[in-house]
Amino acid sequence: MIIAEKKPIEEIIGYIDDCEKLLILGCNECVTVCEAGGKKEVGVLASALRMYFLNQGREVKIDEITLERQCDHEYLEEIRDVADQYDAIVSLACGVGVQFLAEKYHSQRVYPGVNTCFLGATEERGRWTERCQACGTCILAYTGGICPIARCAKRLLNGPCGGSSNGKCEINPELDCAWQLIIDRLKALGRLEDYEKLLEIKDWSTDRAGGPRKVVREDIQI
Amino acid sequence: MRLNYPTSLRIIRVPCSGKVDIIHILRAFEKGADGVCVFSCMDGDCHFKTGNFRARKRVEQAQKLLDTIGTGGERLKMYSLGSGDGPPFAKYATEMHEKIKELGPNPIKKHKKNAA
Repeated sequence: MIIAEKKPIEEIIGYIDDCEKLLILGCNECVTVCEAGGKKEVGVLASALRMYFLNQGREVKIDEITLERQCDHEYLEEIRDVADQYDAIVSLACGVGVQFLAEKYHSQRVYPGVNTCFLGATEERGRWTERCQACGTCILAYTGGICPIARCAKRLLNGPCGGSSNGKCEINPELDCAWQLIIDRLKALGRLEDYEKLLEIKDWSTDRAGGPRKVVREDIQI
Repeated sequence: MRLNYPTSLRIIRVPCSGKVDIIHILRAFEKGADGVCVFSCMDGDCHFKTGNFRARKRVEQAQKLLDTIGTGGERLKMYSLGSGDGPPFAKYATEMHEKIKELGPNPIKKHKKNAA
């Protein structure tokens, strides 16, 4: 899922200090799971902002809505009738949701309420780690299900570098060396011969190097 | 024991202090509470193991937030005591009452009045 972190409230206040009517818009998907932009976080931010403005001697109307998703037309349409009633919308969705919201409501001021961090997994409550960089050409089949693009600091494709020591990466002694993990897993699977296989040069044109990307599936288009 | 404690306190029962979330604390202040105190079990005595630790973290986060928005984190306090500890409860309740009296009413009430 997409991992995000709450922005400091001071930063959000800086965006919307001149507003009289505000909408805090949450998202029920990834940001709810990583506790950065779900219904609860919408409630906390709205309540804190209402009190902040009251302490400044202003009564600002702040409404709270949490959509199923902010990256789909159908859910964003749910605020069509109310969106123009507000001076600004603070979206607690990931960067995708904020941008899609801004595209759909072109004349509305839209601000992000979270910092979008990476594609990751919940290792435990309150700890998320990166697992995928969406490079567009998945090689997990050859690397024992461990991604050297996302998990090796140098994105190496042919084994550990000289900085791998006791299974850890030189950039951080707490960070596992991705290639150590790959080799250990291939050994455990009895498939170490996969490590010996020569692979074609990776096609980086599907990564960000090829510019903003697009997936078109004509088979499911109507 | 027939102990006295200030009548300014309104008790809200929760199954465990770990149930208390930041939003509950903020809502209380938004509705005009002058102060909020969370009473939890002593460290290591939580029936659910970590409820009071969770509560403490949330109280600390809420205090920071209250400081940022100008309400003041000192209006929120957390006390740990045993479930049968009447005298400490009365003592902490009085302490909180005195502290709030010293701080005065929740500032948003004044502004709400002005806005109305």
